[in-house]
Amino acid sequence: MLNHIWFAMILLAILIAAGSDIYNELLAPQPTGISGQKAETRNLNEETKLGRVTSAALEGASTAVEIAIGLIGIMALWLGVMKVAEEAGIMKIIARIVRPITRWLFPKIPEDHPAIGAMIMNIAANMMGLSNAATPLGLKAMEELDTLNPNKGEATDDMCTFLVINTSAITLLPATAIAIRASLGSANPQMIIVPAVLAATCATIVGLTTVKIIQAFNRKKDVKYINTTNRKNRKD
Amino acid sequence: MEYFKLTLDWASIAVIPLILLLFLSIGYFKKVKVYEQFVEGAKEGFQIGVKIIPYLVAMLVAIAMFRASGALDILTYVLKPFTDFIGMPSEVLPMAMMRPLSGSGSLGVMTELMKTHGVDSLIGFISSTMFGSTETTFYVIAVYFGAVNIQKTRYALPAGLMADVAGLIAATLICTAIF
Repeated sequence: MLNHIWFAMILLAILIAAGSDIYNELLAPQPTGISGQKAETRNLNEETKLGRVTSAALEGASTAVEIAIGLIGIMALWLGVMKVAEEAGIMKIIARIVRPITRWLFPKIPEDHPAIGAMIMNIAANMMGLSNAATPLGLKAMEELDTLNPNKGEATDDMCTFLVINTSAITLLPATAIAIRASLGSANPQMIIVPAVLAATCATIVGLTTVKIIQAFNRKKDVKYINTTNRKNRKD
Repeated sequence: MEYFKLTLDWASIAVIPLILLLFLSIGYFKKVKVYEQFVEGAKEGFQIGVKIIPYLVAMLVAIAMFRASGALDILTYVLKPFTDFIGMPSEVLPMAMMRPLSGSGSLGVMTELMKTHGVDSLIGFISSTMFGSTETTFYVIAVYFGAVNIQKTRYALPAGLMADVAGLIAATLICTAIF
């Protein structure tokens, strides 16, 4: 799926940029292009869509590395804390407390597996708006989920469920949005809290319904595969 | 509302120190070698950071190119009949399109909308609610799956986008109803 979407984004970007450049340079009623101005005086990199697409691609690539490198420190901090929590048995206690919910959400994960604790911590961090802590905890959860994965390199149902909960994260304090509203002089910056929580709840419900329907459909189609997965999981 | 905000502000400041204190002291008194275990866990931080680089590069390059090409304007135009139907002001549509793609991009769009149309206008209200209620799905998918080297994401992206669409529509309807 991501294959198609990723390719489509790049293809569309180049086609659309080229198309609008061709239109602007050659076909527009009042050409600003080649005939209108001498080439040396123009900065094609900024004036044309294709030029902008090129520099966006290069910028995107270096931003990605900056983000990943910036994550390392916080990652190390939270992974360290999580390791201590695991050794102390805290993750098991958390997993036990939330068992009624997780049994429905993640039926295939053994009941006090460390993945449960990490996922709950991630969801809690998201709810409190602590995005700095949420990402490392979420990645820790993904690592734990991957230990249950029989086909490395392919997402499991539980990973997809977790991802959907994450992308529709309910935040009790949307701090960034509130801060910007306040800085622009809003009379009531926190007015968005209740609608945002309600909207995110809708998103979560729709997302979970979607994954549960897909999972139910897949199970009917491929019973054997699911059974072997289950057995493998229990051994771990 | 003032007290609510104050409580939330304090909670968000105090929660991390409290978690650190709680976890480390439980570990310490249960005779866990806290320093050694911390270092042991923290070792993985670097590998994970490096592991997600290729995934993040692929995703951010595609998104950056898509944004720079003006493709969003065309999508906005195509989707306009639908958003008119649910009563979404057409000014907000670029915000809704940007939100799943880019965190910094949608932050920019939101700020711009609130500056032009007023923070306390319906447009400002809807766009900031959208910002506060959904996540940057493409980014989350790249980072989370990248950390465990997963290339086949199966139905995660479509399901995540379904959730986003539901959240964005809900934000519009709720804000319009109570404004």
